[in-house]
Amino acid sequence: MKETTFTYEDLPLKIRESVEENFEKYKPTEAQKKRIKERVLELYKKISYEPGEAIGIVGAQSISEPATQMTMRTYHAAGAVAKQVSLGLPRLIEIVDARREPSTPIMEIRLKREYNDKENARRVARKIKETKFKDVVIEDVIDLVNSAIEFKINFEILNELNLDKESLLNILKKYVKNYKLEMEDDIIKLTSQKDVTIRDLRRMKLKVFDITIAGIKDISYVIVMKKDDEWIVTTLGSNLRKVLKIKEVDPTRVFSNDIREVEKVLGIEAARNAIINELSKTLADQSLDVDIRHLILVGDIMTCDGTIKPIGRYGVSGEKRSVLARANFETTVKHLTEAAIRGEKDRLDSIIENVIVNQVAPIGTNMCELVYKTKKRSKK
Amino acid sequence: MTSVFFNWAYMGETRNPEGLVNEIRELRRSGKLPNEVNVYYDEVSDEILINTDGGRLRRPLIVVENGRPKLKNKHIEDLKSGKITFDDLIAEGVIEYLDPDEEENSYIALRPEDVTKHHTHLEINPLIIFGLSSSLIPYGEYDRGDRVNYGAKMIGQSLGFYLSNFLVRTDTKSNMLLYPQVPLITSDTFDIFNLDKHPSGQNVVIALLCYEGYNMEDAIIFNKGSIERGLGRSFFFRTYTTEETRYGGGQVDEIKIPEKDVRGYRSEKAYANLEEDGIIAVETPVSSGDVLVGKTSPLRFLGRDEFLSSIQNRRETSTVLRHGEKGIVDKVIITENQDGNRLVKVTVRDLRIPELGDKFASRHGQKGVIGLIIPEEDMPFTEDGIVPDVIMNPHSIPSRLTVGQLLEMLGGKVAALRGKKANGTMFNGEKEHDLRKQLLKLGFRSDGKEVLYNGITGKKMEVEIFIGMIYYQKLEHMVANKIHARSRGPVALLTKQPTEGKANEGGLRLGEMEKDCLLAHGAPILLKERFSSDEVEVPVCTKCGSIGYYDWKKNKTVCPMCKKSKLVNVKMSYAFKLLIDELKSMMIFPRIRVGEK
Repeated sequence: MKETTFTYEDLPLKIRESVEENFEKYKPTEAQKKRIKERVLELYKKISYEPGEAIGIVGAQSISEPATQMTMRTYHAAGAVAKQVSLGLPRLIEIVDARREPSTPIMEIRLKREYNDKENARRVARKIKETKFKDVVIEDVIDLVNSAIEFKINFEILNELNLDKESLLNILKKYVKNYKLEMEDDIIKLTSQKDVTIRDLRRMKLKVFDITIAGIKDISYVIVMKKDDEWIVTTLGSNLRKVLKIKEVDPTRVFSNDIREVEKVLGIEAARNAIINELSKTLADQSLDVDIRHLILVGDIMTCDGTIKPIGRYGVSGEKRSVLARANFETTVKHLTEAAIRGEKDRLDSIIENVIVNQVAPIGTNMCELVYKTKKRSKK
Repeated sequence: MTSVFFNWAYMGETRNPEGLVNEIRELRRSGKLPNEVNVYYDEVSDEILINTDGGRLRRPLIVVENGRPKLKNKHIEDLKSGKITFDDLIAEGVIEYLDPDEEENSYIALRPEDVTKHHTHLEINPLIIFGLSSSLIPYGEYDRGDRVNYGAKMIGQSLGFYLSNFLVRTDTKSNMLLYPQVPLITSDTFDIFNLDKHPSGQNVVIALLCYEGYNMEDAIIFNKGSIERGLGRSFFFRTYTTEETRYGGGQVDEIKIPEKDVRGYRSEKAYANLEEDGIIAVETPVSSGDVLVGKTSPLRFLGRDEFLSSIQNRRETSTVLRHGEKGIVDKVIITENQDGNRLVKVTVRDLRIPELGDKFASRHGQKGVIGLIIPEEDMPFTEDGIVPDVIMNPHSIPSRLTVGQLLEMLGGKVAALRGKKANGTMFNGEKEHDLRKQLLKLGFRSDGKEVLYNGITGKKMEVEIFIGMIYYQKLEHMVANKIHARSRGPVALLTKQPTEGKANEGGLRLGEMEKDCLLAHGAPILLKERFSSDEVEVPVCTKCGSIGYYDWKKNKTVCPMCKKSKLVNVKMSYAFKLLIDELKSMMIFPRIRVGEK
């Protein structure tokens, strides 16, 4: 085995930089500098894990033990401009499972320095908020005799959205089929061409109500807030791609809690950071103190091959090398039959396999082995 | 427009939801619509739900109109004299049943004096917002909701006098409290259900005090003198049943003392208590492993050389007292079952005196186990020489907010001193103020506190201690039923691993999460030792990797496939060998490659 020494120069750049910064600040002598560097190296070695430490198990336990303490209690801000966010255990599970769609996607949008004022924040908010047809309807009537549905339109809201009658009708036309569209004064009338029952009419009504007429799709709610001299637009619903294109928005400081979307728009490294941030934020919200290194490990494992893998059957656990380890965790039959078809080999070099066959697992006190060089062999 | 649904099916729309709902209710009250119709207007989703289907929970309420209950004194008098019935009140629209949905639309007053013109209904009696067992809790309206729930649940687990014909009953498992008492504080429900004939606890003197530190974390301290006087004693009955079954081919079971040649013969000592007929005598003390009814059965399968009549061809199927139990034979019943087979039932009784770890609870969800039993002379005492039976930790009160328990203690003290039971019915019980006044009149502090003296040192305690009487219940969870340990013992046939569960003298599993803990500590060698309960040495073929066998004739191990190959012994868990065998039976052939490490 090659002898390796870990010197001060091998420390991460960030640590060395901060040491240099402090040198400039406090101006120690050369001898002091040397001693400080030695001490930093010593401390760094002390906090790093030793070979054979079960970081995966310790990490899993460190996250899941506090998770069992998490109450299902959701935080209600009664009366305030409420935003219902999924928190606690459900949110934690959502992140780790890498769901396609989080149950409550949320974005936090910050504006460029030059647009950082109330007016602009309001304008951005109005621009991105999705308005549905039902938001501009005052009253609706189902007219069974003529097989028609009538909607009374609120023109004030329509004008605020910079829309007029014609454009509204054009939007509706795209979605409405088999129905005749008419507009009289402030009433839009949909008349069926065919014979319909009252249930069909109701279904049509609900369908038309759901048509997006302005804003970015899926962003159903927008709040403008001021936090430390900065105007922040918080949205319910997420659409990073479109929001990043708005000229007032500072693209370097837009956050979304939809990790899949972050990966699609900003790449895998951003997704890794998003996972770590979301995990630590969820735990911090419940005032649980989990060391960030456990969460970093989860983030690394989930993103290490360039795509987001969930922790579980279809992700990390399902892609282990050992057949026995995979079969041990869910869908046993599937893994055993597939291994038999492929003729897979299990080298018994990880933990669970060795527990199954009752051998000493290569971890902790079993990490060291004795190597003995006989003279005979060395001559050869 | 408001959508209208009838039994969850869309019906149509209305512009006047309030009017529609009111009209339906009006028609129901006047008897033009059946009283099973319930209607609910949801303002948030702007929908009206009309429900007439089965499966809805509904409860009766008095209708209030224009701030006046429709039920008048005349109705009550007529009900008393029998002129009208409850059904007539429903037909008249005085009382109506609401389902959970319609309840959302109503504003229900608890008492008649609370009724305002905004109210729509009035409770018949505030007590009926509780269920049967939760309404038994005295002063429960002062407890937090969840505590009432826990308390009601634990009343169901309490030991008492459940039936008076227990002497002839043969329940498989039953408990009887020895000296049950009627509670000093009862509720109206208690009288309605005749529970004074079936009490389920005892009145004890209880002090809220930390004493000797043995009552922390919900433990309770018991007075040894009280226990010796009979507090919390109970009988545990268990009935064992066996019958003489008839099999095909004229073979039968035989109830008698088994002969020594029978297969599976126990020791002679085990049969020592049996009478000549093979059944144990009444009032015999028995301990675990003793045979209650001796019985032999025919073998399940007969081999080639075995004859039907031989005694060796019968197996032992006696009824044995359960592992870890003891007792005295209470009664023996010999009878016949429906098929005409002889049936024997043996009931064993065991006296259970309160011991460390037995579970007790008040009626307010305050449960605890005995942490220490103190001799009477070491217990604290009051000026009058009153010694508490139970010492409960005062820390159990503030976080759980069981104020009802404090009131019960106060009321119990008053009731005991004045010699008359108190009524603690929820919303209608004796008021705290009245209790305090009476206590003062009886010569005590009105807050129920008293000066206590330390029973060991005789010193006066620095603060006054709250002491009173409360109804305490012994719960069916007793250590005697649960205590269990094993070092060696039976193993399961299939896996060669220790059996599971107390009834099978099983081991305590070191489970998956415990395994993770050992690994997280970096102790795989210890883990291997823990998991070696089913370790076996298996010969493995070095050539083909299949599992071989030991040939006694040749005195060596043989590979069934290669015949002439070298085999090595490998230690593995039997469960893994079993896995390989099972895989082989499913046409998957795992091979074990062996080599020097």
